[in-house]
Amino acid sequence: MADRVIVNTSINGEEATLLCEPRQTLLEVLREGLRLTGTKEGCSNGNCGACNVLLDGVLVNSCLVLAVEAEGRSVTTIEGIALPEGLHPLQQKFLEHAALQCGICTPGFIISAKALLEENPSPTEEEVRFWLAGNLCRCTGYDKIVRAVLDTAEAAPSVGSFGGETP
Amino acid sequence: MQAFDFATPTTVAEAVELLMGRNGDARILSGGTDLIAQLKEGRRTTSLVVDVKRIPEVTELRYHPESGLKLGAAVPCVVLYGDKEIVAAYPGLIDSATLIGGKQIQGRASFGGNLCNASPAADSIPAMIVHSASCLIAGPDGQRSVAVEAFCTGPGQTVLRDGEFLVAIHMPAPPVRFGAHYLRFIPRNEMDIAVVGAGASVVLDEAGERFEQARVALGAVAPTPLLVAEAGEYLAGKPVSEDVVDEAARLAKEAARPIDDMRGSVRQRKHLSAVLTRRALWKAIERARG
Repeated sequence: MADRVIVNTSINGEEATLLCEPRQTLLEVLREGLRLTGTKEGCSNGNCGACNVLLDGVLVNSCLVLAVEAEGRSVTTIEGIALPEGLHPLQQKFLEHAALQCGICTPGFIISAKALLEENPSPTEEEVRFWLAGNLCRCTGYDKIVRAVLDTAEAAPSVGSFGGETP
Repeated sequence: MQAFDFATPTTVAEAVELLMGRNGDARILSGGTDLIAQLKEGRRTTSLVVDVKRIPEVTELRYHPESGLKLGAAVPCVVLYGDKEIVAAYPGLIDSATLIGGKQIQGRASFGGNLCNASPAADSIPAMIVHSASCLIAGPDGQRSVAVEAFCTGPGQTVLRDGEFLVAIHMPAPPVRFGAHYLRFIPRNEMDIAVVGAGASVVLDEAGERFEQARVALGAVAPTPLLVAEAGEYLAGKPVSEDVVDEAARLAKEAARPIDDMRGSVRQRKHLSAVLTRRALWKAIERARG
């Protein structure tokens, strides 16, 4: 039972072939198979958002996706967020605002915030807070994170200026 | 997580055959937000996970102003509320789609999955009930249709028999002067499980002063989400007034048969059943008046 399966997918814009067991989550295969350890494991049951990735451009918890489900689809992880010229504006603003302390939740927050700004380039503070409600941070108290996201939006308010690998 | 086989059928018939081959041990995978968490925790077990998202009928989302809404069982919340026509026509549905989990859960979680998981506190089920939804079920003996309010038979239990699975949910097109709303009580702003949930839908007369039809449904106050038929029957033909709405809310409170647990007491849940039914009705009335 449960032989390994070959999965053809795209990770951060590059074709990837994975050999995985059906029981392995996308999170597990990203981290342990591909060594893309930027995506973090927090709760592993869909509550904390540390493992967030984009699947065909849609924000999901990679701990609640089976790796075999990625067949023929495209995955964007934190490793695919930076631009060729340097950090993504969100990454830069997180640094400037010191929007992280231990940093475990940060990749998930940046992925979520990227998805937000692509859909809504000038969110209100309330919209940012609601959108990020599925990402837990036990250090910052959230305020610096919210300010970093709002400042990113203010600095580059036009759609499409957030770059990255989203299809 | 335990080991299992994985299959991705592309037709309904193929899925039924896979399910039949495992004598009730196979599990359907839609968005995975319940199933994968449950398999990890050992709360459910399986030898075969059947991912139905490659079956066109299961991922189809189609709205027509006359025939209504066909909502494939695996369509995620984010796709549903991304459609402006559907947002306008099925407001109660959208209320629940936007408050189930956070954004990343809404990216995967489906109404079909919420229904099959059969939690008494499921937010989408009272909303679907007030939109008069029915379930299209496929199985070895062909297809059958079951009203959403009759689909769940107990916590985690449904009418699905071995070899059967939920293909799609159908909702009739809303008539003119229709309004609906779903809301819940939770002890925080969002991202929690309902202590009580309430849905209401109304169809008003031309003046917007009389109920022609109404439906009320409650969540988290019984072993299954509950259609409060008495409240709907009472409201039909009555004028829209504080007293009439209060009486419907009282009937909902009567119908509620909650338990005490970590989320709330019987007394609190009974009280909330009336409060939330009243609020759901007034919001539905406001929407019906446009």
